[in-house]
Amino acid sequence: MKCIIIDDEKMARVILKTLCNEIQSLEVLEDFPNAIEAIKYLNKNRVDLIFLDIHMPNFNGLDFIRSLKDPPKIILITSDPNFAIEAFEYDFIVDYLLKPLQLDRFKKAIEKAKTKNLTLASKETSTSINEIENDFYISIDRRLIKIDLPSIYLIEAKGDYIKIKTENKDYIVHSTLKKIEEKLPDSLFLKIHRSFIINLKKIIDIEDNSVLIKKDVIPVSRSKRPELMKRLDLL
Amino acid sequence: MEFPNLEYINQLAGGDAAIKMKLIHIIKTEFPEEKKEYYRSIEVGVFPRIEENVHRVKHKISILGLTKGYEVANAFEYNLRNLDLKGKEDFEKILIVITEYIKTI
Repeated sequence: MKCIIIDDEKMARVILKTLCNEIQSLEVLEDFPNAIEAIKYLNKNRVDLIFLDIHMPNFNGLDFIRSLKDPPKIILITSDPNFAIEAFEYDFIVDYLLKPLQLDRFKKAIEKAKTKNLTLASKETSTSINEIENDFYISIDRRLIKIDLPSIYLIEAKGDYIKIKTENKDYIVHSTLKKIEEKLPDSLFLKIHRSFIINLKKIIDIEDNSVLIKKDVIPVSRSKRPELMKRLDLL
Repeated sequence: MEFPNLEYINQLAGGDAAIKMKLIHIIKTEFPEEKKEYYRSIEVGVFPRIEENVHRVKHKISILGLTKGYEVANAFEYNLRNLDLKGKEDFEKILIVITEYIKTI
């Protein structure tokens, strides 16, 4: 993590740098005796973490926090925890450390900063997985064709093949209904007959033992009907 | 009566003589200046400035292991915020103790 230190006391800056040297994953890029100089630096450089003294003359740590447009993670340094309370309204404040700083406590704060990193990273990963899950790849003539999952309204078994019907186009793929059923999200699709999987969002109406999807009337197996009715939002 | 010590600095330096010397050097050069500033502010009688001076010295008090002294400084700083000089004498006793101590390190 690339970090900077902002503290008007030289002693505090030296102590912080000494502690940072103990942590391999930390790289101190710069240290500043006041917040104004730090803002100028941050306008041109990106950092992952800021060690920020709250109690500084003229432009204090809280003024600095309020001035940040795209704040990185911040660990507050203070000799009075009461000063830190206001700052904890901000979710980018990872922790606060009381002066004089102790190595063990310092390490814990760094771990918190790293965990916050992981939380953000895992959030990003799950988002990308969702995006992938919204796409579906089928193999036709050695080409992988991407299909938007919600655009599929019907999948029909045709011997050794399946027919995938989407809003724009139909596709014939060498596969089985069972195989494709395993890849589809349960929340959106339901197998209502041994030969048909439907997109529940695309149902127009249901009559006795059939559903209308687009212009297709699809039979519903007697065994599948209770499940279908359960999945619908009935008044 | 508690006395200043280098326990915290030794612990922080972890056997690194250069770091230890650097920290001691900062205390020896900054503390007299900060003390001078404090007395100047007392003369002028501007409370926010005195409070600022006490706040700066307070960190050094804690670094030198003066736990009770730190509490005294904290209370004095709080009183100054309320425009009250209560605790001034006790705080100044700490300044004297540190002044004598840093002559020995």
